[in-house]
Formats: sequence, C-alpha cells, structure tokens
Amino acid sequence: MSILDLTALELSAAIKEKKYTVTDAVKAVLDRIKECEEDFNCYVTVDEEGALSKALSVQKGIDDGTLTGPLAGVPVAVKDNMCTEGLLTTCSSKILYNFVPTFSSEAVLALEKAGAVIIGKTNMDEFAMGSTTETSFFGPTKNPRNPEHVPGGSSGGSASAVAANECFFALGSDTGGSIRQPASYCGVVGMKPTYGRVSRYGLIAYGSSLDQIGPLCKDVADCAAVMEAICTYDPKDSTSVSRDDNDFTSALKDDVQGLKIGIPRDYFKEGLDDEVREAVLKAVDVLKSKGAIVEEFDLSLVDYAIPTYYTIAAAEASSNLERFDGIKYGYRTEEYNGLHNMYKKTRSEGFGDEVKRRIMLGSFVLSSGYYDAYYLKALKVKALIKKAFDEAFSKYDVIVGPVAPTTAPLLGKSLSDPIAMYLSDIYTISVNLAGLPGMSVPCGTGKEGLPIGIQFIADCFKEKNIIRAAYAYECASGNYHKSVTCGKDGE
Amino acid sequence: MANIISDETIEYVGILAKLELNDAQKEAAKKDMASMLDYIDKLGELDTEGIEPMSHVFDVKNVWRDDVVTNGDDRENIISNAPGQKDGMFEVPKTFD
Amino acid sequence: MIMTTYETVIGLEVHVELATKTKIFCGCSTQFGGEPNTHTCPVCTGMPGSLPVLNRQVLEYAVAVGLATNCDITRYCKFDRKNYFYPDNPQNYQISQLYLPICRNGHVDIETKDGTKPVRIHEIHMEEDAGKLIHDEYDDCSYVDFNRSGVPLIEIVSEPDMRNADEVIAYLEKLKMTIQYLGASDCKLQEGSMRADVNLSVRPVGQKEFGTRTEMKNLNSFKAIRRAIEGETERQIDIIESGEKVIQETRRWDDNAGDSYAMRSKEDAQDYRYFPDPDLVPISITDDFISSIKEKEPEFRDEKKARYTSEYSLPEYDADIITGSKRMADVFEQTVKCGADPKKVSNYLMGETMRILKEKELDPQDITFSSEALAKLIKLQESKSINGTVAKEVFEVLFFEDIDPEEYVKEKGLMTVNDEGALKAVVEEVIANNPQSVNDYKSGKEKAIGFLVGQTMKAMKGKADPASVNAMLKELLK
Repeated sequence: MSILDLTALELSAAIKEKKYTVTDAVKAVLDRIKECEEDFNCYVTVDEEGALSKALSVQKGIDDGTLTGPLAGVPVAVKDNMCTEGLLTTCSSKILYNFVPTFSSEAVLALEKAGAVIIGKTNMDEFAMGSTTETSFFGPTKNPRNPEHVPGGSSGGSASAVAANECFFALGSDTGGSIRQPASYCGVVGMKPTYGRVSRYGLIAYGSSLDQIGPLCKDVADCAAVMEAICTYDPKDSTSVSRDDNDFTSALKDDVQGLKIGIPRDYFKEGLDDEVREAVLKAVDVLKSKGAIVEEFDLSLVDYAIPTYYTIAAAEASSNLERFDGIKYGYRTEEYNGLHNMYKKTRSEGFGDEVKRRIMLGSFVLSSGYYDAYYLKALKVKALIKKAFDEAFSKYDVIVGPVAPTTAPLLGKSLSDPIAMYLSDIYTISVNLAGLPGMSVPCGTGKEGLPIGIQFIADCFKEKNIIRAAYAYECASGNYHKSVTCGKDGE
Repeated sequence: MANIISDETIEYVGILAKLELNDAQKEAAKKDMASMLDYIDKLGELDTEGIEPMSHVFDVKNVWRDDVVTNGDDRENIISNAPGQKDGMFEVPKTFD
Repeated sequence: MIMTTYETVIGLEVHVELATKTKIFCGCSTQFGGEPNTHTCPVCTGMPGSLPVLNRQVLEYAVAVGLATNCDITRYCKFDRKNYFYPDNPQNYQISQLYLPICRNGHVDIETKDGTKPVRIHEIHMEEDAGKLIHDEYDDCSYVDFNRSGVPLIEIVSEPDMRNADEVIAYLEKLKMTIQYLGASDCKLQEGSMRADVNLSVRPVGQKEFGTRTEMKNLNSFKAIRRAIEGETERQIDIIESGEKVIQETRRWDDNAGDSYAMRSKEDAQDYRYFPDPDLVPISITDDFISSIKEKEPEFRDEKKARYTSEYSLPEYDADIITGSKRMADVFEQTVKCGADPKKVSNYLMGETMRILKEKELDPQDITFSSEALAKLIKLQESKSINGTVAKEVFEVLFFEDIDPEEYVKEKGLMTVNDEGALKAVVEEVIANNPQSVNDYKSGKEKAIGFLVGQTMKAMKGKADPASVNAMLKELLK
C-alpha cells in the first residue's frame, strides 16, 4: 500500500508513529502531481519549495510535541479563491493572473495552525462561477475517474486532486453546490458547513450571503477532523458565528438507530437519472436497515431555488467583482484612452464569458426600476425556501437525496447551454439559500465508471446529524476512497 | 421568449458593469440575459405578499468592534500588487473632477 | 409686462467626518497627515477577501447627532452598498445606508430675521469616505492615496426648507455647533471635515410645485456657499426667463471663477444599484443603547450660555462669543476651574485669543494652550507680579508654546519690581529730570502724569506696575 492511499488521519498517525516523515508525505504528493497533472490539471499553482520547507518545520513541531493534532503533517490543497500570503491566488481568472496576497485567509491559517502543509492552489471555475471547472482561465480540470468527463465545479480542482491522490485533502468553497457536486462527480466526501461556521475572511467573494468554505476529503472521518480545524469564530468576519459545538469527530458513531430521515419526493422527480436514483435509494435502504426511520415528504419550492439563487448570486457577484478594475492589483489592459476605457477594457479582457454573463445579469437585476421585481422578489422567495426547510427539520434529523441529477457530463458539453448547466445544481442550491450544512458521500458508480454521490442535509448547525448518518452509511457500504490511475500507472 | 433585451439595455448594463462588448458578444448577451430573465420570471408564480425579504439567514445582529487602532503602516504590502505606482500611491489614468 | 418674482428653494446634504480614532470598518487610524497609503489595510483598500466590521463608536456618534437634532432613531437599520466606479472608491462600491438609515424625521431650529424657523431633517445616514486623488500637472496620470478611504462620515439630509443663503448658513452653524458640542466632529469646512452640497431650485413666488433642482458640490467655506447660492439662483432664473428648462444635474462650484460647471459624463449612469451589504449584519438599537447615549449628552450652547451669565455673571455678549465654539467654552470652563476669575478669562479669550486666531487664520478648534497656564498668567497679573503689557507678551508665547508662565516670567526677568525703595528711587529721579512735566502737573494738567508714568516704566524696563507708579508719583508730587 502506498503512502498516498492513506487517509489524512491515517497519515498523520503514521507520521507520529515515525513510519513516515512529513517530508515523505510532501514528496509523495509532489511526485504524484508531477505524474498526473498533465492528465488532470488539478492545480493552478504548486508550491514545491514552500511545501518542502514547511514540511521540515512541521516535522520539528511534531517531534517536539507542539503539533499534536490529527492533521499535523498532512499535505492539503487549497482552492485558488482563498488568499494565501505570498502565494499566487488567481480565482482561475486572467484578471488576477499575477495577484500575490499579503495575508492568508482565516481557514488557511487554521489549517496551518493544525500543522497541515499547503501543497498548492487548485483550479476552479473562474471566480467559482460554473459547475464544471471549464470556465477556468487556466484550462479545464479533468475528472480523474474518467478524464473524458468534467470533475464538476466550481471546486473541481480540489475534488480531482483528492480523487487523484494529488493531496490528502482539500479546501473548497460552496456557493450553490461547488463542494458537494464535484465531490459527487469525483467520488470523494465533500461538506458545506452551516453559513457562518467557517470565516470567509480571505475568501475572494462570489455571492457573499451564500459562500462557505468546506473540506473535500477521502472519507467522512477526515471530513469531520478538517471541520474541527477550520470552524472557528472570527471577529474579522461579521457573519462568523461563535459556537461551542465544533467537536464534529464526536459524531463519528456507527449508529443511526432512531435517526429520522426525510426523503423529499421533489428530489426524485423527472430530470433525475435512473442510475443516480437507484444508487441513492439503495443507500437509503442501507440506512433503513441500520435502524434509521425513513419517510418521504414534499419539500416544495425546489423548482424556484435556481432562479432565486441566480438572482441573488449574480447581484452580489456584480458588486463583489467591481473591485477588479486594473488599479490596485491584477491585470490592467495594455492600451487605453482614459479612465473609463481602461476600466472597460481591463474588465472585458480580464473576465471570461460566464463571469461577464453573471455580472451583467446582476447589474441588471439591481438597476433602477428592476430591483423590486427581481432582487427583492428573490429575497422573499429565499425566505419561503428557508421556511420550507424549517418545517421539514421540525420532523426530520436529516434530509437525504441525490447531489446532482446525473453523473459527471462529458467535457465541452455544458457551457453552450447555461440554463441546462445551472440545472445540475438543482439539489444543492437551496441548501445555500437556507444557510444549511450539506454533505456529499460516494454511494455507487454509474455507467462510465463515474461516481454517484448521496447528499445529506441537516438543519443549521446540525452538522453532527449529517456526520453521524454519513459515517454509518460509509461503514456499512464500504465505499471508502479508491485511488485512480493516471499518467504512467495508466499505461 | 417573453423578455426582449434591447441594444440600449445592453449598452446601459455595459456602462454600469464597466464591460465593453463587441457586436457578436452583444447579441449573445442579449439572448443570454433574456433567457435568464425568462427563467427568473418563474418566481412571479409565487405569492410573496407580506413576506419579509431575507438578506441574512440568521438573526445575527450588532456585530461591531471597539474604536481602537490595530493597524500600523502596511503601505509596502498594500501597493505591492499595483499595476502602476509612484511614491507609495496607486497610479490611475488621469481623472478630472 | 409683469416681472415674475422667484423664490429659491434649498435643501442641504451635509457630510460630517466623525471624530473616531479608527475608520468605520477597519482598525486603521483616521489621523490626518500621514504619508500616502500609510493608514491603510486590506479592508480600506478593497483587497480581495477582506471584510468590513463596524466601528461601534460611529454608531454612537450617529445616534447622538440624531438625538440632538430631534430625529427618530431607526431601531432596526442596515448598511447598503452604493455601486459606482471611481478610483478613489477602492471597492467600487461605497458602504452607505439607503433603505434603513439610522436617523429620520428630525429638525433643528434656526434664527432668521423673521424669528425662529425649523429646518426639517429628512434623514441621517452613516457611510465611508473615499480616498484622495492627486493630480500631477505634467503627468498623464493621477494618483490615489487611500488614507482617507473608510473614514466614517454621517450625511445629514435636510428637507428643502431653506429659502436663502442666510438661512443656509444659520442651519450649518447650528449643525456645526451641535456636532462640535457632542464631540462627534470638529466640523471644519476648510479642511473638509464638514462638507455641504447644496440642492437648489427656483420657482415663481406662489407656485406650489418645486422647480427642477441642481446639486452643487465643492463648497469649502460659508463665503463660497453664499456666492454659489446667489450664482446658481441667478443662473436658473436666467434659464427659465429665456424659456429654457433647468436640467437636473450635479454641478461643481469654482469659487475662484465665481461660477459652476456641470459634472456630466456619459459613463456616469447615476444608477447606484443599492442593495443590503451581505458582509454586514443588521443593527438593532435598544432603549438601553439610546439612554446610554442620552446620558452622555453634553450641555449644549443655549444651556451653557444661560449658565455663564447666571453662574459666572458674564455679560451676555461674552457668553455668546465664548460658547460660539465648543473648544473655546471648554478652555473657559477649565481655566475658571483652575481658579481664575471668569471675567478675566473671558477677556483673554475675547481679546487676545480672538485676535491671534484672526491674525493667523485659525479656528477656535485649533486652540492648544493649557488652561492651567492661562490661569497662572491671570494670577500673576492679579498679584501684580507682572503688568498688563508683559502679560500680553507672555500670552502670545503661551498660545503657541507649552510654557509655564511663572517660570517663563522668572527666567526672562519680567517680574514687576515690587521693591518700594528701588521704585521710589527711580520715581524720584524721573521727577528730578522732568521739571517741565512736574510743573505742568502741579499747575493742574492732570494728563502730564501720564508722561511721567511712561518715563518711569521706561527706566524700569517695563517691569513695574503702572498703577503703583501712578500712585507713587501722585504721592510724591503732593
């Protein structure tokens, strides 16, 4: 068994037992990256030098007993929309092609404090706008399970890197499903925490009221451990929430006896692929057989989630992305005639099509005369969606359903029809609108060897219900992380 | 398609968003925006009379800090990414006000 | 043909920089005068990933100003983003308040020639200031300094209740006084810590509907405001009289030219796409919060004026002038507290202090001398240790430098000679050397004694008490 096949928790334990050094782990990952990157393109930046030197200092910390946590010495990949001090951070956009932040995001600092070693920055849909990682300025990432297919998005680089063993775990961000959907497509575990659990300080904003950082991991236990590390109260983020229930690993119990699970009928209607339906329902049966109480119900409003989401996210994005203007950082057009021409050329050349599409939509829905009809209306529907979930969670501990209607689509097929692409987020998006936690766990494989994910959703701050259900399912199903082949070992 | 986006609207949105589109891009943008708005118009089916618009999911209020200086001179870092700079300032195309 | 008479209708938007130590959404200093961009951080320069956190003091000042101007305090308020591109606006949106401003429906009373008149306040909202653009004449570039970016402002928006420049200035004076007394700002027009934009329209007298208004910016003094109001009134009347229509627009006043020009740009859509800032959470104001602010409310000008006349027996004229500046009133009270006689303190403030301020073109806010020092100076004079002329000289030094008057006087040898024997010797000498004047005095020319006093003072190098000299001369010439 290769060091790369270990989970994050196993690796850290092995390092503490002196079976491996941190440098062994970092070198193994760097070698793997060299081997696979040409095939998968998971990373925008690999910080070989930084990671190797960090490995030494972390090793020292482990040896002298100052670093004792379960992630000490573990190489991690970070989505390229989280600021990392001194390390290129691009959001996979031309407009930030040369941006080197002078501070690190709070979540990254939390991981560094825990002794994790940052290997590099992962590819993503430009500014997290997309569901396939094909909108990246640095080219698409490919799905390691089948490189003809997309890895999902927007955290496609993070999901692929975990699936391809190009890191031991990764951070992603989830605005409408951007952690859970690529996790599902790539066959890894991905969690979007409750809004406010993880500080957004240093996360380059897309839709501020929806964005949340979370882990992508090889299994549920790793996921719980990473959650414990990154969920901290941060006074620099006004929407950060102070909680005393961040002990997520305490929920790693193989026991769902009496757990009340709701199955929303609306999630299994037309549009859902049969193989996905079957895999998810089979997983539900596993939970039922372990003593969970399963009941179908009508969640309602599911069809309204996507238009609500695109209105709100586009509006916020149009404002959040105004700061990219060629003055303070990033790309500035070569030639221009005056200030406004500089703005327009810089932004038109610096942003890709999908980003421009959403900025224009967002500017329009906020513009004079349309604000009430579009933006305010969407905020009202958001309130209704939240209420529908409140009602559901008065009856159920966990809601279970598919993550996405299909397995990963072929590369190059999605961007031509935006609305069809947006529909792939139909089961994940309302979780963001309602601020809820959600997790994607592998639950089977479809036709082309492509993974299928099951989604667990809980009420706000009830991540432990999710972890408990997901862990019990994982124990029963044996759907543990399986490595993929690439490059040389594929030949 | 119920929504039709005029040239003027796309032009106007371009001014607001500071984006410059060529003719082909304009046509595509008109079509995209119209179909997105058609899609969004679906929300009109819902009766939201009397519903309070929800900006924040949680009832978190009154997050503030004390009036204490915590930041020192960080100029070197702040301007380190600027495409143009002079004497510690950001260089911009000439503005007249 | 009957000439139409027009009425001017004016409303003001007044921006006031709050006197907090730090910026509204980050821990950067608001201090003036730093090198460019040395008071900046990722938040106030719009770095990707940075987030704002509200400075509580901003809220307290805004509520205090709202209460002092009789506003309703909005118990549930929010911040909104105002989106527009400009290089001094680092995020290209300004965090402000549109939908739920902190204060609404207030008024202040102003004194006009026709008596007291209320000017209604539509709202007061909190927002962040922009950075500064620096233009280089020879360069094809401008430069941005974000030291002022994120400095807290309140914008006080009046109803269109004013009808002429006098009312506008009375209103501004009233706001300035109230806010200075609250300690919420120093309100200096010249330095930009108070800025007034004038919304002005004209209409034929008797017409109910308002005319089309323009907004005038860049008014840096009361004088400029007055000139701009007069100029813009005339301009609008001319337009209407010539059959044209006034265009609703923003204009910039050029005080040197005495004229204004439109700030128009086709790239400027004036559609700010306000929406609630998702990075900031709502503010809920409790009764306790409001009463804690009320408890801290200072004594305002009118109350102070009344107390000065009753408690310190100051003439109304003195009380009016001294309370005309919060700083001046503070100096007055502190000096009196140090044991100085109120009327004498008042004399120093109204006389020498005002003279120096005027001479050096300073604002009373700029007074830095210590009240203890002034009190000591007054006592030195009272005890006749120094005479009035010397006291004035010492005061001039004390105004600018941190000196202890007692030590200064000793060091410089300015003490009055109180040795009667020594003084007598000099006086006798003066009498002996000036027989003519002595004769004049003795023959009834009372004035002649002045010359003799002067000669004595000269001989004493100014270090004598003129009254004592006078008395001694009279005694010896009996």
